[in-house]
Amino acid sequence: MADLLNIYMELFSSFFLIGLFTIGGGYAMLSLIEGQAVGHGWLTEAQFTDIVGISQMTPGPIGINSATYVGYTAIQNAGGGQFLSILGSCCSTVAVVLPSFLIMLIIVRVYTKLSSNGVFKGVMSGLRPAVVGLIGAAALILIFNVSFDGGISLSLIEENFGHWTSWVLFAAAFALTMWTKVSPILVIVAAGVIGMIIY
Amino acid sequence: MAKNTRKEASLWEMFAVFAKIGAFTIGGGYAMVPIIRDEVTRRGWIGNDEFPDILALAQTAPGLLAVNMSIFAGYRIRRFPGALIATLGSCLPPFLIILAIAMFFTNFQDNIWVNKAFMGIRPAVVALIAVPMVKMAREANKTWWAWLMTIAAMLLVAFLKVSPIYILLVTIVLALAVSLWADKRRKRNG
Repeated sequence: MADLLNIYMELFSSFFLIGLFTIGGGYAMLSLIEGQAVGHGWLTEAQFTDIVGISQMTPGPIGINSATYVGYTAIQNAGGGQFLSILGSCCSTVAVVLPSFLIMLIIVRVYTKLSSNGVFKGVMSGLRPAVVGLIGAAALILIFNVSFDGGISLSLIEENFGHWTSWVLFAAAFALTMWTKVSPILVIVAAGVIGMIIY
Repeated sequence: MAKNTRKEASLWEMFAVFAKIGAFTIGGGYAMVPIIRDEVTRRGWIGNDEFPDILALAQTAPGLLAVNMSIFAGYRIRRFPGALIATLGSCLPPFLIILAIAMFFTNFQDNIWVNKAFMGIRPAVVALIAVPMVKMAREANKTWWAWLMTIAAMLLVAFLKVSPIYILLVTIVLALAVSLWADKRRKRNG
């Protein structure tokens, strides 16, 4: 029991630090989680690879998914029962969210206070074009692999666009959300059902 | 920015909406952008013009983009309780789903039906991310240099792998300089 208590504390402190120092979203977080989880011996490399696959295939931010899974598996691997393992997943998930929660709370309060200030408004609207570009980049990153070998070479990501029908689904989803009021959630559900039928 | 036409939202309704957002965000933080934008602006909780601000500030803070956006949006809708409920709502479905997988379906990722569904979902998610980009660009970019910045940011991040945080920091400094200069000129003329 003392050993388990130790793991809970380590889970909490590791995931708190991971949440605090991750800049650049889930994939940047993944390598930090891998270092901690495998380094502490909470899981094996193979179990971690499973988590990455599962996180990509389940809803929710990848960081939350992997924190939940690592917390559960770490306690289970140490011999804890189901209830204690669930407690482990609560521990790591809360810890990973807590730093952003506190920091965002400060940011949003400052934003609310400053939102009638002319200079601040100017800065925020000056940021918009770049922010829009970042979303565009997120879409491009899911379409192309970039490799640097002397120059830059691009290739399609087979996992996302491996078949010509992928492009049909892409175009249909684009047209529906661009020009009709169909909700994005409905598009995801429909794409999943179509995938089960045609592949 | 702040709109006084904002509709009042109950915490229960907020929890339900953010849980729905959390349950359908597949493929990381940016995949949440179209869904959260659709849900909160359709209900009039957050103005269309405020949404890019949420995204900008959520990206400058550490942590997960999706969680940061929930905290920010939640606070703007119902202050602290709103931030708490939005975060709980968007994190609970992924938490429960992963817990179920860890407990009962350890070879979930090898399931053939799951794989087929995801072959369909992945290209659709890319389109869902691209659409708000186009819509927001049309709303936010009124000048040629705004379009230039959008395209530059997009290409630098996607193809040269520049970290988004640097793009935002440089843009903040530039925007601050321009904004201060404009403010000074306004005061001198006004």
